[in-house]
Amino acid sequence: MTFFNAVLQGIFLGAFYAVLACGLSIMFGVMRIINLAHGDIAVLGAYIIFFIVEHTGVSAFVAFVVALPVMILFGYVLQLIVLERSLKAGILTPLLATFGLSIVVQNLLQLTFSPDVHSLGGSAGSITTSSWQVTSGLSVSALGMVILVVAVLIFGALQLFLSRTRAGWMMRATAEDADAAELVGIDSRAVYARATAIAVAIAALGGLFLGIRSVFGPLSGPTQLIFAFEAVVIGGMGSLWGTLLGGLALGVAQTLGAQVHPQFAVMAGHLLFLAVLIVRFGGGRSVLPGVRRVLFWRTSG
Amino acid sequence: MTLLRVAGLDCRYGLLQAVRGVSLEVAQGEIIALVGANGAGKTTLLRAIAGAHGPHSGSVVFDGVDITRLPAHRRVALGIALVPEGRRLFPGLTVEENLRVASSRRRGRWTVESVLEVFPLLRPRRRMQAAGLSGGEQQAVAIGRALMSNPRLLLLDEVSLGLAPVVVDAVYRSLARVLSEGATVLLVEQDLTRALKVANRVLCMLEGRIVLEGDPKSLDRDQVVSAYFGLTRAI
Repeated sequence: MTFFNAVLQGIFLGAFYAVLACGLSIMFGVMRIINLAHGDIAVLGAYIIFFIVEHTGVSAFVAFVVALPVMILFGYVLQLIVLERSLKAGILTPLLATFGLSIVVQNLLQLTFSPDVHSLGGSAGSITTSSWQVTSGLSVSALGMVILVVAVLIFGALQLFLSRTRAGWMMRATAEDADAAELVGIDSRAVYARATAIAVAIAALGGLFLGIRSVFGPLSGPTQLIFAFEAVVIGGMGSLWGTLLGGLALGVAQTLGAQVHPQFAVMAGHLLFLAVLIVRFGGGRSVLPGVRRVLFWRTSG
Repeated sequence: MTLLRVAGLDCRYGLLQAVRGVSLEVAQGEIIALVGANGAGKTTLLRAIAGAHGPHSGSVVFDGVDITRLPAHRRVALGIALVPEGRRLFPGLTVEENLRVASSRRRGRWTVESVLEVFPLLRPRRRMQAAGLSGGEQQAVAIGRALMSNPRLLLLDEVSLGLAPVVVDAVYRSLARVLSEGATVLLVEQDLTRALKVANRVLCMLEGRIVLEGDPKSLDRDQVVSAYFGLTRAI
């Protein structure tokens, strides 16, 4: 039963990772930008929500709705002013630009809010503590369910947007060939800005869940980025449903790893990530002989 | 009436000068064939007119409006559409999505239905991904996609490239229907015979310049061929 419970908790955890990874996946899929500031943007979202909660006393969920337009606007401006310009300078420049942005966001948060850690758990209501005890060894937390349902809804909504709406076709067309998209009348800059705005908005949702689940500080971003990045890679770069599955797989790997030893949780996730990397990019056939050679001290030929 | 006026256009790729001081005028309803050897600057000229390549100097005026600095997507809204070399479809989109994504605010004769009518071979492929189409089918989608914006000036870049002669015939048969409806077209074509047959004016480019211009009926084929390869200049 502990095994099933671990898998179930892993799915809940993984849904959270999937929400975090969603925006990263969108930005990579549409613009081929690896946004190294994605984790920090999620944390920035958490801080904005925290700020609203502190000053008005509303629930964290209401504060998120208020913060959403701010984050969408931030996404637009970020794309038009920073990323758009860096995209023109080759594929490495956006990577450097987002790396710089990551440092700027971390330091601004530290300056404004001090290095103390905060949590949104207290302002999220009874959802953080309620759960259903299914059997003695199996419990379903309300928060876990909420995050899972929201994650599936987000990915489903994005799928519908991309496959059914004209704006979605424009986004896919631009992702596949921006130059050709311009030639059929699509404003690729506007499409990119829209994609980044969506990615930043979903990152803020990830920040909300991060703040409710646990605590966050100005430097929490990079850790979240690593989990999000692993989810994207496990699921397959640029694939939306893959990112959801990748997040879930990462979550389950971590909770199962924790069954072995509590300190092994994060490591188990990394190992899954490495295994996927080896199989997908190195190819089992090219790596395994090398491993065998090392293990058995044999030379090929 | 002059629809397009290009004056003193210079296009460069770094140090390479692909188009050198080209000036030309396109009147409404004209079908102009642009011929010339590989690297003569034909594709670059079309891309500069469509807005996909920023010119170094010179100007492009469309229907009295200077569009030299206008991005490509805004030119589509004004009525310029380019069928790019190599077709450049969106491979992951279906045939219908490829067409619909290109429909603009310009209303007119061309809709998904009327495009499928002119290219009936696409009808059974409607829900298929563009990546899975044959070369001829892809070319039909590329032309249809350009038509979806109801252009006033259609730029066709090497529609026969990489296609079997039978398929080229089929594409040109469909194209004839489009041309017969009074479209204004500037087309790049490697096949000289075909270019001379379909056009009512021929421009020949050599090393970035227009070296010969005339009515295909009055032009001697040898004249075109020597301009094509730059033979006259050598003498």
